Amino acid sequence: MKKTLLYDKHVSLGAKMIDFGGWMMPLQYSGIIQEHQAVRSEAGLFDVSHMGEIMVEGKAAGEFIQRLITNDISRLKDSQVLYTLMCYPDGGTVDDILIYKLNDDKYLIVVNAANTEKDLEWMESHREGTVAVNDVSEQYALLALQGPRAQDILQKLVDIPLEQLRFFRFIDEVNIAGIPGLISRTGYTGEDGFEVYVSAHSVSRLWDEIMEAGKEYNLVPAGLGARDTLRFEAALPLYGQELSGEISPLEAGLDRFVKLDKGGFIGREALIKQSRDGVQRKLAGLEMVDRGIARHGYQVKADDKIIGHVTSGNFSPTLKKNLALALLDTRFAEEGTLVDISVRNKLLKAKVVKTPFYVKRYKK
Amino acid sequence: MKVVDGLKYSKDHEWVKVDGNKATVGITDYAQDSLGDIVFVDLPEPGSDVNAGDAPAVVESVKAASDIYSPVSGTIIEVNAELEVSPELINEDPYKNWIMVIEMKDPGELDSLMDTGEYEEYCKGEA
Repeated sequence: MKKTLLYDKHVSLGAKMIDFGGWMMPLQYSGIIQEHQAVRSEAGLFDVSHMGEIMVEGKAAGEFIQRLITNDISRLKDSQVLYTLMCYPDGGTVDDILIYKLNDDKYLIVVNAANTEKDLEWMESHREGTVAVNDVSEQYALLALQGPRAQDILQKLVDIPLEQLRFFRFIDEVNIAGIPGLISRTGYTGEDGFEVYVSAHSVSRLWDEIMEAGKEYNLVPAGLGARDTLRFEAALPLYGQELSGEISPLEAGLDRFVKLDKGGFIGREALIKQSRDGVQRKLAGLEMVDRGIARHGYQVKADDKIIGHVTSGNFSPTLKKNLALALLDTRFAEEGTLVDISVRNKLLKAKVVKTPFYVKRYKK
Repeated sequence: MKVVDGLKYSKDHEWVKVDGNKATVGITDYAQDSLGDIVFVDLPEPGSDVNAGDAPAVVESVKAASDIYSPVSGTIIEVNAELEVSPELINEDPYKNWIMVIEMKDPGELDSLMDTGEYEEYCKGEA
């Protein structure tokens, strides 16, 4: 089992540690709902150092990446971040990733922890031209500072004006209380916030500096439990649930990150066909009508026939409702449609509703 | 972790308060703490029969759903409907906020449960 460099800190803060994709990570400190609400109303600090980082360098780096992804990298400027999917030829998803453009010949790719090995192999197997692909995960540690107070807190530690840093932009080589790092206005909570990349050996000091700066803003450490309920309310996909090798980005409703007319890329033909014919199944939001909570993997039925499954489901701490995301037969994915969810051998009614459940509050 | 004297405890972390042939069942402090924020309680129908080891109730936290096993056999004569509206009461005081009352068929089944001291030791082994 791998540990991040903040493992001892999490334990001393009283965190409950869990195995997440082979990593011992903090599930919660004070409690998932409390941490969730802190991020929505003030701020929370997450250790997400388990995420994988892959550096792609070389004259052909841009072209090489363009062939692997569904989004269009050609318009990405230096210091911009791109969210995209990598697909298999059949349109299934290899991973959902962030691409940081350092310059024309150098890109930092941030991948899901559990997919790092797979992504590396996938990239390596398609490598051509003057390109180097290197796993730099161990060099980087990553903290996510999220919530409406995130900017106030981080501003105390840096000289650059953070209000000028727009959504999905980043600044490299920033001096953060004496620690050099990269700051991006990104996150996975539906709130405004930042992700801060520093070299692994300085992450412990950075954690302390941010927690100290955040005291006056009631900053709390937040765990993966709150990270999951926050991203769920904002309907941000989680690989392994809303996305997988068997689920295409179009089925997951991520059409705006799929640029079919940008030129050739792996999976394009399959995705063009899905786009032309319409997808057979589609990710939809569900609100429970009957009392109960739908969970990942539960079957969804209509007239006693299986029409899909729940990808994520939980109590929404912000909306105080039991909600779910489900991959449904497209004919049943219309807003307002009533479906049944099989919960412990009982059929409970749920209604298709609009997503995201929680309207994201990004600073664009 | 809090335990209360005078109760019986199961290996599944339920507590039982015995009053004649009536057994009031709830979950322990250890159970509520490991579940985390409780957001839903599914209660059985009063009047239904249970066998020891059945799972007539379910408690769900943000993390997961967890079956509540009946430590004894008998008839469920009362459920704590307040928990349907305020499931978080279990987190606040798991020993006050009981889940169900069972009229026992065989009070001898209580002998297989632990007393307070035994349960404390048992929890140390679980950690």
